[in-house]
Amino acid sequence: MQTLTSERLTELKLKANDVRQGIIRSLLAAGSGHSAGPLDMADVFTALYGYLLRHDPQRPDWEDRDRLLLSCGHIAPVRYSAMANFGYFPVEELLTLRKFGTRLQGHPERVTLPSVETTSGPLGEGLAQGVGIALGAKLDGKDFHVWVVTSDAEHQCDLHWEAMMTAAKFHLDNLTCVIDRNFIQIDGSTEDVMPLEPLGDKYRAFNWEVFECDGNDIGAFIETAERARSVKGRPAVVVANTVPGKGVPYMEGDYTWHGKPPNAQQAEEALRELQTARERILANV
Amino acid sequence: MYDLVDYRNGDVKMVPTRNGFGEGLVEAGGRDRNVLGICADLSESTRFEAFKKAYPKQYVEIGVSEQLLVAMAGGLASVGKIPWIASYAMFNPGRSWEQVRTIMALNETNVKIAGAHAGVSVGPDGATHQAIEDIAIMRVIPNMTVVVPCDAAQTKKATLALTERWGPVYLRFGREKSAVVTTAATSFEIGKAQTFREGSDVAIVACGILVYNALMAAEKLARDHGIECRVVNNHTIKPMDEEAVVDAARTCGTVVTVEEHQRHAGMGSRVAEILAARQPVPIEFVGVDDRFGQSGDPFELVEYYGMGVDAIVAAARRAQERKK
Ligand SMILES: Cc1ncc(C[n+]2csc(CCOP(=O)(O)OP(=O)(O)O)c2C)c(N)n1
Ligand SMILES: [Mg+2]
Repeated sequence: MQTLTSERLTELKLKANDVRQGIIRSLLAAGSGHSAGPLDMADVFTALYGYLLRHDPQRPDWEDRDRLLLSCGHIAPVRYSAMANFGYFPVEELLTLRKFGTRLQGHPERVTLPSVETTSGPLGEGLAQGVGIALGAKLDGKDFHVWVVTSDAEHQCDLHWEAMMTAAKFHLDNLTCVIDRNFIQIDGSTEDVMPLEPLGDKYRAFNWEVFECDGNDIGAFIETAERARSVKGRPAVVVANTVPGKGVPYMEGDYTWHGKPPNAQQAEEALRELQTARERILANV
Repeated sequence: MYDLVDYRNGDVKMVPTRNGFGEGLVEAGGRDRNVLGICADLSESTRFEAFKKAYPKQYVEIGVSEQLLVAMAGGLASVGKIPWIASYAMFNPGRSWEQVRTIMALNETNVKIAGAHAGVSVGPDGATHQAIEDIAIMRVIPNMTVVVPCDAAQTKKATLALTERWGPVYLRFGREKSAVVTTAATSFEIGKAQTFREGSDVAIVACGILVYNALMAAEKLARDHGIECRVVNNHTIKPMDEEAVVDAARTCGTVVTVEEHQRHAGMGSRVAEILAARQPVPIEFVGVDDRFGQSGDPFELVEYYGMGVDAIVAAARRAQERKK
């Protein structure tokens, strides 16, 4: 078992800052893409790649690696930036995002970039595939863990609920679902578009173990995710409460940043804010 | 002949076809208060916004639930509503296909699907969002009407005409700005193909935003190769205007089909079915060659996947050769 020392936590916070800067740079270069979700999940992805996952960037096809599935493929920029910052490919490659011939497709594609595990973008399909992988691991007596990152609005998709029932039926305690609970989707607040609350209770009613935490607090998320991972006999979910656009003040809490990139001036401002945040992390050490 | 803008001299405006849907829906909603707009969390992309503003009581938001979209619309239609349900074509009818077949077509309900973001010209979103199989899966369903208008102005007319036509319909359009070749005065009738250019060497039968590429290719073929093409805007895939297709083949003796879709099983395949039965001639198919799309600039992708003006010119020259 690793321990989360304060040095390690500071390191991770700096990494999350790098991941956010990579998101901004890649979106600026692409000229299209999603900002709010990727930024708000930078802490979760940093915690996963930097602490929670059993993985080896040099061996993305390692049979016993933990599987990380991104169900809501539109937040790909955070996964790409985290992968680059944790050694899967050069950080400069982030600037090819969404361009012709890139491995960093607008929505992740397993065939062009195998370490993303699944092709995604059409919402609601991640948990079901995660259930298949987790069940397969059980059948083979494998001990790797399956992590599925979903958005909140994906809980409006029927397939996700079918997968929830199935995970409980097969007691998939090797599966953890992480929800980006940012309360936004394209047309506004999730609670206006199609109310999801009480979301945790719905999972409880489906025989899942439910955890909740601040998804923008790396320490809190790691502590909660570790508890979720060690649940026995049933699947677990972490409702990670996040602030859309986290880290870029003018985007924070504004659903209209769901699906657009910053322009040059906005990107400059965002990077300046992130640089200031970085200095604050260092100053607090 | 049809009233067209002076496209030969480059006098074209670029407007996304989806804008035509948005405008048509506002007009349809005013004419008949039973017309509903049902949205699955894509109000801006599918151009529902003006309708929502004009007729808030006729607008229904249901979130990311495309199967619900179709099934619920079937219910609404059975009590006299005329629901237009809109999402990306990849998700509706892509995800909802069985509901479309059973609830709309077999069950015969008056539900209207607007499939947005069709084709590789969706651009940077990539393959997961580029519907290039939707014509195939819709034209195969009995009772279905399938329309792929050539530009924004025609999309508006098609929206109005399809609202008035009783029964299940599929209207397909795109995301990116594309050339507007028709005018407000150009007539439009479901099931009636339109000859936009006369010629008797090669018939180019096209649909959607590539009708413009077909027209430009025809100019190039006349200028550079002395080949005169008839260009047909074959906007209704089902029920297809068989007489227009047969007449084009009979007059020209060879046909090129052009669509932003898989070459297999789309509009061109329907043309081939008709001609194989009634007027066999050589056919060249312009479309995506059994591959998926990818991220990129919309027009870069149209070129890369072999649907640009030069690709149509080359296909027409091959078609002309094969006549001999
Ligand atoms: C099946 C399906 N329908 C519609 C879409 C279009 N779409 C992309 S993201 C999104 C919803 C956004 O909300 P959420 O998933 O919570 O992501 P966030 O805005 O929080 O990043 C929609 C409807 C899609 N990708 N897949
Ligand atoms: Mg959300």
